Amino acid sequence: MDSAFIPNGVRRCAPGKFLVVLAVAGAVLLWGVYAMLLCWFKGLNQTNMNNNYGFALWIWADLAVIALGGGAFFTGFLRYIIGKDELKNIVNYAVLIGFICYSSALLILAIDIGQPLRGWFIFWHANVHSMLTEVAFCLSCYFGVLTIEYIPLILENRGIDRVPFLHHLGHNMHDIMAVFAATGAFLSFFHQGSLGGVAGVLFGRPFSFREGFFIWPWTFFLFTWSAAAYGPCFTLLITRITEAVTGKKLVKDNVVELLAKISGWMMATYIIAKIVDTLYWANVTAPSKGFTLMDFYSHNAFYGVWILILEIVIGGIIPAAILITDKGRKSPAARTTAFVLAVIGVCVNRWVMVLQVMAAPVMTFDKWALYYPSWQEVATTILPVAYGVILIAISYRYLPIFPQEPELNPID
Amino acid sequence: MKAEENHGNTKKFGMVIDLDVCTGCGSCMVACMAENNVPFRKDESDKLKSITWMRVYKLSNGKPYPETDICYLPRPCQHCEGHDGHSPCVSVCPATATDYDMQTGIVSQIYTRCFGCRYCMAACPYHARYFNWYDPVWPDGMEQYLNPDVSVRMRGVVEKCSFCIQRYQAAKDRAFMEGKTDIEESDYQTACTQACPAGAITFGDLNNPAHAVYKLKKQPNAFRLLERLGTNPKIYYLSSREWVRRAGDNYLKNEGPAKIG
Amino acid sequence: MFPFNFEWIWDMPHMVFMGGLWYALGILGVGMTYCIIKAAVNAGNHATGNHD
Repeated sequence: MDSAFIPNGVRRCAPGKFLVVLAVAGAVLLWGVYAMLLCWFKGLNQTNMNNNYGFALWIWADLAVIALGGGAFFTGFLRYIIGKDELKNIVNYAVLIGFICYSSALLILAIDIGQPLRGWFIFWHANVHSMLTEVAFCLSCYFGVLTIEYIPLILENRGIDRVPFLHHLGHNMHDIMAVFAATGAFLSFFHQGSLGGVAGVLFGRPFSFREGFFIWPWTFFLFTWSAAAYGPCFTLLITRITEAVTGKKLVKDNVVELLAKISGWMMATYIIAKIVDTLYWANVTAPSKGFTLMDFYSHNAFYGVWILILEIVIGGIIPAAILITDKGRKSPAARTTAFVLAVIGVCVNRWVMVLQVMAAPVMTFDKWALYYPSWQEVATTILPVAYGVILIAISYRYLPIFPQEPELNPID
Repeated sequence: MKAEENHGNTKKFGMVIDLDVCTGCGSCMVACMAENNVPFRKDESDKLKSITWMRVYKLSNGKPYPETDICYLPRPCQHCEGHDGHSPCVSVCPATATDYDMQTGIVSQIYTRCFGCRYCMAACPYHARYFNWYDPVWPDGMEQYLNPDVSVRMRGVVEKCSFCIQRYQAAKDRAFMEGKTDIEESDYQTACTQACPAGAITFGDLNNPAHAVYKLKKQPNAFRLLERLGTNPKIYYLSSREWVRRAGDNYLKNEGPAKIG
Repeated sequence: MFPFNFEWIWDMPHMVFMGGLWYALGILGVGMTYCIIKAAVNAGNHATGNHD
């Protein structure tokens, strides 16, 4: 039925099966869209956010998907700027995952603001001193870069490629992709960093406040570093899941191992910096405001030292240790475990930098504020997952995402 | 007391609240809501969604009877000056919807500019900023009682205590019509100050030696909330009780308000 | 965002921040314009049988 649009040299499932997958993911998507419309038309009273929790699940999801989508800019940087040529076999997928992550982040932000029709004020009336302004500008621009990086892939579809103008357009965009990738890396450095800066500059919140360099708190650099370190792990994890779902090997081991090795070393250096930052904060910054470390990890029903261990040890040191060793990288089970732990680690980091910041009391007579999201918040947070599944399914079916697929899975 | 930032010759409005005098009656909260058209809902049981520009906290020394002691602490927006007007909330607003006025020291909120990102709420350690989770709905006929000098706010924007800035504007207008070059201390007083039956709240120009707050803020028992964070607030509290002064900020075990200085 | 917005000030933060923004947007805009025009020319050559 749609065989004219399926890339040459690969086999895809029957259209019926494909439509069933789309229908299931589409149902979840519609649930999310319904919740989104409720939030837009009835307001943020549909959520369980409150005056203590101005930032909640969505902002965490936003920060998390942007960190996980960091694989796109870093893989592109390695491929086009550093010249790691093997990564051309995974960079398409990294771009697609990044595109999904960033479009989701923008959608979440559009739902999260109280007056969505005024969203453009952040650009028009920009306060250049606000980290959030930097986030909005760089995020939007980088989404533009990802779109530019994704377009040539779409243009490689067999049906579209027959149109001469589109064929040449894709070809020309490929030719100067290094320029776009460099711009993307520049923008990513700033928006990943400014997302860290969002929490780090809050000098009224001792849990998140950090000293820093010039106008940038240390979290600025830690967020950029962690996105570059952990983002590729997410790309590799989704690649692994896609291989499991399709039942095919899609990327050669040497490519996976190369990206895993770079990611592992980035993670190892990041986690050292993170530990130093945590020690300095716990021993110098927080005490200078009258807080001890345990003030932030006790007297409440949820946040304990376990979350610090989960983030730094289980989600940082262990995956880094696995990925920097030759043995760990070469074992599919061990490296997949490392990818999962790394994704958990970076998500926990973003969680504490958003939700624990809101939860921890600052005034002595204030109390810990715990919150649970409403179903509308959960649905709109799951919405991007369903959207991602649909876009990946369509892209995988019709576009040559994995250049090594025909070689690894020859058709008899 | 940490060195205050100086506005030079400009005004710097602030408050001194005597916690030994405050009875916790809540008149300041009621007056504030009436003056500033603060919206409310039929069901206000979820206090984390209530809007209370002025909120009275009940503090306890945590000791058992007979040493139990309590203190009521009214908490308006602290109108933080931070360092050179770099208050926690103003610097983070991405759309320039909140402003630190170097002429008055008042942190204002521009409701029609705010798009409801709530970053300022995350930045404020005093929980002095409130989000309009709902559209304001007034009981039948109450629209007639709204203050015409204060705009009502729409759903989806942040609001906060403005030091009744409309009264300052009205006082300036009156002074101009009367040919005066400046306003008197009594010309501009906030609603909460005037409503307090115990006279616990004093309001005025912290930079003006003729104003009561100028002297009161220098009392040895004066303190500000969370001074150690560097927020440099303009609300001073007075209390003769050491535990109350200690409750104003966070201290390590070996520290105390006097030692920090 | 633009110098005609009333909150615009000709100071270093505005020039650095907005300069970076317009620089990035400029690269993307010029890059895409180049690709589109070149593709149109190539497609025209393709149609007339003049293959490179």
